[in-house]
Amino acid sequence: MRKTILAAAAALLLLAGASGDASAADKLKVGFIYLGPVGDLGWTYQHELARQALVKEFGDKIETTFLENVPEGPDAERAIEQLVRAGNKLIFTTSFGYMDPTLKVAKKYPNVHFEHCSGYKRDKNMSTYSARWYQGRYIQGQIAAKMSKSGVLGYIGSFPIPEVVSGINATMLGALSVNPNMKVKIIWVNSWFDPGKEADAAKALLDQGADIITQHTDSPAPMQIVSERGKFAFGQDSEMIKFGPKAQLTSILDTWAPYYIARVKAEMDGTWKESDVWGGLDTKMFEMAPYTNMPDDVKKFAEDTQAALTSGKLQPFKCPVVGQDGKDVECKGGDHLADEQVLSMNYYIKGIDDKLPGK
Amino acid sequence: MELVEAIILSVLAASTPLLIAATGELVTERSGVLNLGVEGMMIMGAACGFGAAWLSGSIIVGAIGGMIAGTLMSLIFALMTLGLAVNQVATGLALTILGIGLSGLIGAGFVGERIAPAPHLTIPGLTGIPLVGRIVFGEDAFVYLSLALVVAVWWFLYRTRAGLILRACGDNHVSAHALGYPVLRIRLYAVMFGGACAGLAGAYLPLAYTPFFIPGMTAGRGWIALALTVFASWLPGRLVIGAYLFGAVTILQLHAQALGLGVPSQFMSSLPYLATVIVLVLLSRTRSGGSTAPAALGTVFVPDR
Repeated sequence: MRKTILAAAAALLLLAGASGDASAADKLKVGFIYLGPVGDLGWTYQHELARQALVKEFGDKIETTFLENVPEGPDAERAIEQLVRAGNKLIFTTSFGYMDPTLKVAKKYPNVHFEHCSGYKRDKNMSTYSARWYQGRYIQGQIAAKMSKSGVLGYIGSFPIPEVVSGINATMLGALSVNPNMKVKIIWVNSWFDPGKEADAAKALLDQGADIITQHTDSPAPMQIVSERGKFAFGQDSEMIKFGPKAQLTSILDTWAPYYIARVKAEMDGTWKESDVWGGLDTKMFEMAPYTNMPDDVKKFAEDTQAALTSGKLQPFKCPVVGQDGKDVECKGGDHLADEQVLSMNYYIKGIDDKLPGK
Repeated sequence: MELVEAIILSVLAASTPLLIAATGELVTERSGVLNLGVEGMMIMGAACGFGAAWLSGSIIVGAIGGMIAGTLMSLIFALMTLGLAVNQVATGLALTILGIGLSGLIGAGFVGERIAPAPHLTIPGLTGIPLVGRIVFGEDAFVYLSLALVVAVWWFLYRTRAGLILRACGDNHVSAHALGYPVLRIRLYAVMFGGACAGLAGAYLPLAYTPFFIPGMTAGRGWIALALTVFASWLPGRLVIGAYLFGAVTILQLHAQALGLGVPSQFMSSLPYLATVIVLVLLSRTRSGGSTAPAALGTVFVPDR
């Protein structure tokens, strides 16, 4: 009697599993790994907006899943594998720290395609994509130099990785091109998202004399503090103007939707290939939020710079780039630094009076 | 001098949630219950407190909402550990995870909203005194409340009979029960008080510190409050020192970075925790190597019928 029941149960399970597979074959399953909560109104929020755009574009033809608040590190591997085992065929891992876990899982599952954001390791089934945010930072640096009364820029950094360091350098190159005496104060909060600590960092920078704040962290906390104190700041990843209607000058807006739609389309057509996309303003991988709270001449200046960057006429890392030691950095890209040099930048330029942690 | 004043103000604000949560946990642990769910209760307090404040337009309603949320979470904890005699450590951890998830669910509807932060006290004439004016007379209500709370808890534990009985439950619940005291009921009240304090501490973050709600905004402060309770050897006076020490190191390391002192930021980030561990080691050396924890902390009590 028991054996019959067990056999029937096993048969039912197999049937359910088989029928589950059959219906899954019709829809493409796309998975997302998010670093923070979708409500962070910053980095993860923009990825989530793009995912929603995917759903709108493809409707019934795809089924998306996302896992949020996945910490970077060994646990990420488990989360990515979970998505693979749930049948997702295209998986987007949206943070630098997922690089090694994604690579590990990619090697284990050669039939699943992975898209890793803002990293530099690839494989036959693992692509990378990122945006040339340093272009936006250059514009922000110029605006900061024009708007600052104290001549000190406050920078809230997350981790001292090349992406953040090149952002600081690009910002200062922009600022120094307008005001050669511009100074910067940098605080590392060692987290991508910690509203309390980011608020403390903003307060500390403002207390020490900075009057323009820019951040490479993901919460709107600094914008709020800046707004309370009547100073100016740049938002990060998404529009933070709600938290600082009179404080936000502009923001770098991540716009992932066009890229995501293109990749999902390729996956559905069977034309997905490993690639490395590093899009700038010209490819619309990111945009600048409207220039607000600044005089018209500063706005025009920023718009002109943006146009020059988009057309390629202006290069933020135009050679010669002078390092902190006073020596020119070897120029491998013609008249500007090559991509690999920007991607592996681990030094400050001349004009930044601070030591890079870990050097 | 202005910088010193600004730093002290930041330190007071940063230490207040730690102080409130740790005070509640101190009372809970003194009664013999180890409540590891402080982080979950704090973040529930943050979500519900912000929601209540935003819906009602009043900070006080928000604070009460946060306290109620924390108390309700602690009631779940009390039901499990006191009513069903479940292991306290496991239950506390489960409640933390529950709180973090549930707060994200509840708070999802409030993300992106802003409220006016809790007002700061202004006494004409006194608040204007350079250096000390704003520190002593210009704080928001939560800061004053936290200090009053610590004094009240100290007075309760060491100057009232009820406090003595509560400490007895924590040191030897079997004897307390033999003497006829309702151990489980006393522990229930202590757990509820701890939950209310955790909820209030959590509510402080979106009501006064960063006036918006984002899932995960407590960022581990509940765990720090737990550590502070041990750090303080379960004495309210030491708790104040510990909370402000931790807050001070946290804020000072940010200022040190901004000043360009050149010390690696990762080391600076670890300084608050390092300072806590060092002080703990120093403290345990002066206590003849023994622990000063309430002797019955964490042990489940089932009254024999």
